[in-house]
Amino acid sequence: MNVLAIIRIAFRALARNKSRAALTMLGIIIGVSAVIIMVSIGQGASATVQSQIASMGTNLLFVSAGAQNFGGVRGGAGDSSTSSPLTVEDLEAIRREVPSVAMVSPVVSSRAQLVAGNQNWSTQVQGVSEQFTDIRKWAVASGSFFTDSDVRTAARVVVIGQTIADNMFPGQDAVGQTLRVSNMPFRVVGVMARKGQDPQGRDQDDAAFAPYTSVQKKLLGNTRVQVAYVSAVSAEATYTAQTQIAELLRQRHKLGQGAADDFTVRNMSDVAEAANETNSTMTVLLGCIAGVSLLVGGIGIMNIMLVSVTERTREIGIRMAIGARSSAVRTQFLIESIVLSLTGGATGIVLGVVASVTVPLLLGWPTLVSTASIVGSVLFSAAVGIFFGYYPARKAAGLDPIDALRYE
Amino acid sequence: MQTAFEVGVFDNGAHRVVLTHDPEAPEVIRLEGIHKTYSMGDVEVHALRGVTLNIKEGEFVAIMGTSGSGKSTTMNIIGCLDSPTRGSYALDGEDVSTLSKDERADIRLRKLGFVFQGFNLLSRTSALENVELPMLYAGIEPAERHRRATEALHAVGLAGREQNHPNQLSGGQQQRVAIARALVNDPKLILADEPTGALDSRTSVEVMDIFQRLNRERGITLVLVTHEPDIAAYADRVVVFRDGRIQKDYRVNAPRDAAEELKNLPAVDEDEE
Repeated sequence: MNVLAIIRIAFRALARNKSRAALTMLGIIIGVSAVIIMVSIGQGASATVQSQIASMGTNLLFVSAGAQNFGGVRGGAGDSSTSSPLTVEDLEAIRREVPSVAMVSPVVSSRAQLVAGNQNWSTQVQGVSEQFTDIRKWAVASGSFFTDSDVRTAARVVVIGQTIADNMFPGQDAVGQTLRVSNMPFRVVGVMARKGQDPQGRDQDDAAFAPYTSVQKKLLGNTRVQVAYVSAVSAEATYTAQTQIAELLRQRHKLGQGAADDFTVRNMSDVAEAANETNSTMTVLLGCIAGVSLLVGGIGIMNIMLVSVTERTREIGIRMAIGARSSAVRTQFLIESIVLSLTGGATGIVLGVVASVTVPLLLGWPTLVSTASIVGSVLFSAAVGIFFGYYPARKAAGLDPIDALRYE
Repeated sequence: MQTAFEVGVFDNGAHRVVLTHDPEAPEVIRLEGIHKTYSMGDVEVHALRGVTLNIKEGEFVAIMGTSGSGKSTTMNIIGCLDSPTRGSYALDGEDVSTLSKDERADIRLRKLGFVFQGFNLLSRTSALENVELPMLYAGIEPAERHRRATEALHAVGLAGREQNHPNQLSGGQQQRVAIARALVNDPKLILADEPTGALDSRTSVEVMDIFQRLNRERGITLVLVTHEPDIAAYADRVVVFRDGRIQKDYRVNAPRDAAEELKNLPAVDEDEE
């Protein structure tokens, strides 16, 4: 029996009931487009995080006090209560002795109240070194960053983010103004370029930067360092730098063989990985929810095909009496359901892609249409057609021509 | 067991094609000792209790009987829609009594044409596509399919109606589409099950005229099931069933001639719908 002829028969049968065919496809259309939209939103979020992380510099390393255990047993990074925190000397040693390290900036932070005139603002004041702008690839928009002599002398100078500049000095140039930080006057020497939100959605422009020495002495009153940014000489050197820093710190902290690290060195790919993990969990979750609707669409096809078999019992009887084999009838109904699901799938792909392109324009969410989700949807809808079409098709093929012809 | 008996009455009307009565003509149907038993729950129903019947090529046979007489069961067995419980059936010299469901489907496709009481056309499908249907299953090329379907529709007087759907055709026209469909695969035998049951008397005569012409002009073997003696009178031979057996089997001396009768009937506009 000629398969082409059966395909033609199936198409003719579908064409005879266009509106029902369209309604049956609706479930698959919605399911497939939902999968594509959800996955593309997930992938878009993931890509944004990746590009933000990449913009921080691929040769960036984080050194923090306290061990971070990925098994979740030990406390997190930057734990200031550890007995042997990082010291400024440790960081000096890293800069001096590790050849693959180019720049180092400690990060000490203190929450502080900023006051200027009748404006006030509460923010995190970060104490960093003069190399901070180079390490983070974050430029100064106006004025300039503080210098190494400011760091040495623990000068009361501050560089503020755009958000603070907008709120504390609305409509005027912030550079040269005096800003009271926890009641101590600091001179604003520069305003950072606008950076926007970080991967976790925090406003990176709501920050003030001062020499770490000033923050330690004037705001914190200790010499602990919680975190440090380290820049490797190149992206390729980050892993070497990571190992060398760890060796140096173990040596300086006099950690014996088998003792756990009391510090953590992470590179950006670790950070990216962690961010990715969150995102893929979200993507999988969204995809699964959309997948459920695809499944429901498939059940819809089976439902309609079953109704269709009953309704077309007489037609099946006629075909059989004329000389159609059971296999021809089975193939016809199977092809009908595959055509329904594949056409629905194709329409769903078009809709899904169009929606994925429209979502960023309407909602401002980044999206990324993935080929895998399109290929996956096509395969899934074909599978739905075969799986949910098989039972009704077998039912049709199993009919007895005499009974089927007598069916009213 | 009752055996069929030949009432050797040969028609000698001048308008008859002699082929019908050729004793040397090959047998198209040869039923021997056919039994058919259905079990309805615990009860066994004996629909056929030993039917022996031979039908030769070119015959026009009417099968009559009341409901429950076994005529429909015989029809289903002759039409390879059902298999006998016991006995043998040779169609066109081939034993078909023990074939599988698919093999019987192939036999129906190649050797049989069906015409039903309720027309049984596919709705929302043009007359042409309905006639093409058996050829689709036979895997015939589109151009050839189209040519033969058009030709068959012409043969039954439906030229120009190719694109009409069944609901745009009168009952008589629908039955003619069904006859064209039965013809199109060039069958050995056409089986008609109460073909005039849903038609008025004039249309019935028209349909019988087509059957008679197919039989006389093309020599097509016809088996027609009916409970109306008026309709059976168009056939050359009548087989009467009763209680699952053949009660009578006789030749009709002077069959009614549908073509002649149509000439005497007042003309009716063919296109009333």
